[in-house]
Amino acid sequence: MTFETSVELLKFHNVAYTVYAMLIISVIAWFAYNLTREKKAEPIVRIPFYLYIGFLVAMGVGHHIFTYNTIPWVSEDIMRHNITPDKTFQIKMANHKFDMPEKMEIKKGEKVLFDAHSSDLVYGFGLFRQDGSMISQMQVNPGSRNDLLWTFNECGEFDVRSTEYAGPAGNAMFVKKVVIVTGCDKKGA
Amino acid sequence: MSFKMNLMEGTNFNASSLTALQKVTLRAVVMSFLFYGLAAIEGTLMRVALVNPSIPPIHGAPEHFFSIMTVHPIIGIFGSTYQLVFAAFMFLIPFLTKKPLYSVGLANFVWIMITIGSALAWIAAFIWSYAPLYTLYWPLPADTAQFNVIGGIVFIIGVALIMIGTLGFIYNIYATIFAKVGVHANKTTKELLISGFGIDGMLNLVHKLTGKPPYSKEPALSLPVVAIFRGTVDTFLDALVILGAGILVLVYLLADVSGASWDVHAVDALLYKNFFWWGLDLVADGLVLIYVAGSWYLLATLITGQKLFMENVARAALLLELFVSWMVWSHHLLADQGQPEMMKLISGEMVTMFELLTQGLALFITLMTLWKARPLKMTMELKYLLAGLLGFGLAVPAAIIQADMGMNRILHNTQWIIGAHVHVALLTGLYMTLYSVVYVLWPLLTNNTKLFSMKFANAHFYLHLIGSVGMGAFMGMAGLEGMLRRHFYMDGEYQTFMILAAIAAIMMVVAWVIFMANIIMSVGLKGLVGIFLPASDDTATFGIDPQPSVVVSQKK
Ligand SMILES: [Cu+2]
Repeated sequence: MTFETSVELLKFHNVAYTVYAMLIISVIAWFAYNLTREKKAEPIVRIPFYLYIGFLVAMGVGHHIFTYNTIPWVSEDIMRHNITPDKTFQIKMANHKFDMPEKMEIKKGEKVLFDAHSSDLVYGFGLFRQDGSMISQMQVNPGSRNDLLWTFNECGEFDVRSTEYAGPAGNAMFVKKVVIVTGCDKKGA
Repeated sequence: MSFKMNLMEGTNFNASSLTALQKVTLRAVVMSFLFYGLAAIEGTLMRVALVNPSIPPIHGAPEHFFSIMTVHPIIGIFGSTYQLVFAAFMFLIPFLTKKPLYSVGLANFVWIMITIGSALAWIAAFIWSYAPLYTLYWPLPADTAQFNVIGGIVFIIGVALIMIGTLGFIYNIYATIFAKVGVHANKTTKELLISGFGIDGMLNLVHKLTGKPPYSKEPALSLPVVAIFRGTVDTFLDALVILGAGILVLVYLLADVSGASWDVHAVDALLYKNFFWWGLDLVADGLVLIYVAGSWYLLATLITGQKLFMENVARAALLLELFVSWMVWSHHLLADQGQPEMMKLISGEMVTMFELLTQGLALFITLMTLWKARPLKMTMELKYLLAGLLGFGLAVPAAIIQADMGMNRILHNTQWIIGAHVHVALLTGLYMTLYSVVYVLWPLLTNNTKLFSMKFANAHFYLHLIGSVGMGAFMGMAGLEGMLRRHFYMDGEYQTFMILAAIAAIMMVVAWVIFMANIIMSVGLKGLVGIFLPASDDTATFGIDPQPSVVVSQKK
């Protein structure tokens, strides 16, 4: 399984974690019920517990390793210093305001570098779909490199919002439909 | 007995029969639950504001919303949790080691410091709307363009007092553990230290595996004491870091007051973040996990009356968790692009993964200890313990998921983190465990005072359990759909989840009211006042022979 966009990954994750949560709730409930029963403990009951612990470890560690290889942006992020982007956008942030191109036009599949600089506070740079779900984000610290390399696998108009708290005024750091991605075969796909 | 009589007199509580140790513990417990209520009400105000922003007292004002958000964790974590945990441990260490507490006076100093400190931080937010949030990201706390400088100074002094109280607690614990009296009269400091760090557990395991006798040495300290000592090491480092950050902020604020404007950019933001998260993470990944594991072990052995299953493994796991907890802070900086990738990968992702193993092991050992003692009676303390185990069973994997470089890119700073992880860990995991401790200690601390109502106790249990898991779940789902934490949504975004989360939050406030009513009806208002009056019996131990007064009052 590979995940093209964050929507797919989040959907998968939502189902996987819900199933896990239901499982652990029922295991503890089953355990509590049996704890008060008269029957003496048998050595055999250890097996489900070892299985359970094994399951916990496999789920936690497995989810980790599993998603590591399937989320395309991880390897790209680690190697971003060696990748020449197709497009670079400079984003300047100060006084709770974004200073960036009015429209950032991108073709599907292009490698885009968002190079953000803050001259005062710690902000965040987040890309969002129209339904409010998140595409990607990074922290923007003053004085250090904040470069997000991203390949858009989906088309549409996207918003930029600061994802880090920088005082109450930061609440309004929201620019609508500033990123436009085109070039999909089907409309909106 | 009439309701009014009960309210005044309680069931059969007699505050004047309490020793100094019992009184100082109860004082901190009372303050802790008052602060818990404050935190619960603040949390509910924020939840309700996210459903309807214009509702009073927030009135759609981000300044007000964020000042509540700033003090909410200070009140919840320090005012409530720290106080409750410190109180329980300053009672338990003398109880478990059968030695007197080093100083009751210092114990009183601790709860007073934390109470005043938390109150000051709250006042700074209430009066001056000081709101840098608990993360104190540089140079936000010293940003006098956004915040009133006096508010900042009052807030930082409040936090500093909390940390000074914390250092007092640590000193009291160390001085008690390492006092060579009673059972430890002929132990060396080296033996106690080896045991404190869990090294003897590790050595026992190695000897067993290599077949080198003696396979097992009787450790100098009992397992819960080891966990308390171990957790306290992290508490110490954490207190130093937060105090250090506080002093740095204070220097800038004081400079501002004196008219000098110092360049805040002289401090590197990312470096500061690393320093701050290293320390702050010791609260979460060090302290909470270790104290909780220790409490589970203690509760499991007390409830079953049997030895802990796989005790040496448990001791060794505490040692492992020490190193793990020191090396995981980068999982908070996975979205910081200036952070070296190797740090993110090793500290943030790989080492953090071990917490699933250490915590999974603690969960397993506790469950096995309970299971081997079947059949057990489903007492209140057992019920709360099981709920606490469930809380961490839910919250730890939720944390491991976000401590992943791929997942973090889309989960960082969302409600997933604060809901499914933090609130479930604290409210379901930690608080249920602490309530279990409260129920275990209740007869010891109150000289067998009868609880007013079991119906109340059960109502509290279910309302809190369903409320806390429910709130975490709905906030988590909103987070997966992109809802940010530390953000005041005012256009009805994520409305369905926010309504459900607000209902769950209200359930928890109701649970708290029921719990408090039960406690107050048990001890009575007179008894409550009596707790704060000086003790006539200055005994600093519990339940050992040389102080017959305690034993006698126990047997009555
Ligand atoms: Cu952490």
